[in-house]
Amino acid sequence: MSAFDWITQLLYVAAASCFVLGLHLMNSPATARRGNQVSSTGMIVAVATTLALVAHAGTVTTTGWIVMIAGTLLGSGAGLYAARKVEMTAMPQLVSIFNAVGGGAAALVGIDDYVRLASGGIAESTTIFTILDVLIGAVTFSGSIIAAGKLQGLIDGSPITFPGSRAVNIAAALVAVGGGIYMIATPSVIVLVIIILAALTFGVTMVLPIGGADMPVVISLLNAFTGTAVAMAGFVINNWALIIAGALVGASGGILTKLMADAMNRSIRNIIVGGFGTGDSGPALEGPGGDVRSIQADDAAIQLAYAQKVIIVPGYGLAAAQAQHQVAELAALLEERGVDVSYAIHPVAGRMPGHMNVLLAEANVPYPQLKEMDEINPEFPRTDVALIIGANDVTNPAARRPGNPVSGMPILDVDRAKSIIVIKRSMGHGYAGIDNELYVDPKTSMFFSDAKGALTELTAAVKTLVA
Amino acid sequence: MTTVLLTDIVIFVLALLVGFEVISKVPATLHTPLMSAANSIHGIVLAGAMLIAVTAHDTLGYILAFIACAFAAMNVVGGYVVTGRMLKMFHRSRTPVRAADTEAAVSGNGQAPAAAVKGGQA
Repeated sequence: MSAFDWITQLLYVAAASCFVLGLHLMNSPATARRGNQVSSTGMIVAVATTLALVAHAGTVTTTGWIVMIAGTLLGSGAGLYAARKVEMTAMPQLVSIFNAVGGGAAALVGIDDYVRLASGGIAESTTIFTILDVLIGAVTFSGSIIAAGKLQGLIDGSPITFPGSRAVNIAAALVAVGGGIYMIATPSVIVLVIIILAALTFGVTMVLPIGGADMPVVISLLNAFTGTAVAMAGFVINNWALIIAGALVGASGGILTKLMADAMNRSIRNIIVGGFGTGDSGPALEGPGGDVRSIQADDAAIQLAYAQKVIIVPGYGLAAAQAQHQVAELAALLEERGVDVSYAIHPVAGRMPGHMNVLLAEANVPYPQLKEMDEINPEFPRTDVALIIGANDVTNPAARRPGNPVSGMPILDVDRAKSIIVIKRSMGHGYAGIDNELYVDPKTSMFFSDAKGALTELTAAVKTLVA
Repeated sequence: MTTVLLTDIVIFVLALLVGFEVISKVPATLHTPLMSAANSIHGIVLAGAMLIAVTAHDTLGYILAFIACAFAAMNVVGGYVVTGRMLKMFHRSRTPVRAADTEAAVSGNGQAPAAAVKGGQA
């Protein structure tokens, strides 16, 4: 090994250490920002080192340099623009798009290596890693794009199945794996193209049948896939930085996926195999046993305006309707009238765990008003009105009893408040797919509307009252 | 089996174990930023994409190098910027008054402290 090799390899090790340290610092809110800085420093070191390697190789043509620099600049510009401009509510789908292109790039590294060496005979060990890289990368690419499309609403968020969809899914998997095994024995670029197409199909048919509300977990899973694909790409081109960073993301992404699924009381297997329902669009007005009392904006406004203590429970519906600014406006108005307002944040409220805190922070809700579940639950009995906006399963008292899909899930004790107003588009189910007993509670009034419209109406009604 | 391959496998397995250990007791509020952070780290594939250029000598090679570089660069740059943006909001929400250093706070700079004062009176 020359001195140059020593230095570059050691710099890669330094970069990898930064990634590990960065992820570790992300475990706590206090150090999370520093974690991201440490991690990005590692990335700059790794890219600079690679640039030195490329220059040192001395075989890069002028066109090669132009292509490399133009591509990098174009991608950086697109990434920067998207990351700066995106609405906070659209963050999950943007992460999914970044994940898609990462998986695509990993697949392309493998494809390039294979195409170039196909003529010259490839060592079997490399072929195995190339195939794994290309397959996983292609699945992530198409799967993440579908996931982003579902969250963005470009593709129907509810589970999509068509006759034979599962058969197509299985066939694609068989073709991909079978083709891969064939390629180990007989190098063939045509078979490579076939397995890429099969893997892309598999990605699409894997994500389509999954409901929109489960998408965060799926994105996290695909994120772990991409990490693994990148590690495989590292084997193909024999690069430590890729192997370490890829394996790191593959493993930590897997753990994170499990944590997310646990927080939502869902199993990863259930989600992938296509479990029950979706949080996006429940069936309209199908009543559970018992009477549902519906309420209009004026009556709800009176209850809120003359309450002493109001707790707002924001959920998935609020995030989906992007109504965080409207809720902040209503809360500020109530505060002006001397009402004590706070927010109860369930750990999995929003599009994904932790998303609600980010959204409300964006709408300038003062941090002290945001209360975690354990902190707020004892306050419900002293609360005049609990205003639930687009939250469902996390308020279902059925969770306290065994024997149903939400059993054991930690819930907000909304039913202990003196009265409850629920803003919801319909009686549709949450992702657990069961009726919410809260809605037939005599203390509960249902305000059927989308979150944004309802909150605007309520704010207007309170203003009229005050005037 | 070559020594190079064996070394690579050892590194891979150890890195996997580190990955399992490094994330453990994360509060749910950090799940989204953490996913985004992990997402930006696999943008390291940019290094692999750049190395394609070393051996690219025909049209197909150039096309692959170009697309791979563009994809990977988007992953890296977008990933870190968006994670930073999420974490900034966190930071701001924890200390609402000292908000002047963030973009998001500039627009709401007048409102945040005012709302906090209102909260105090109520």
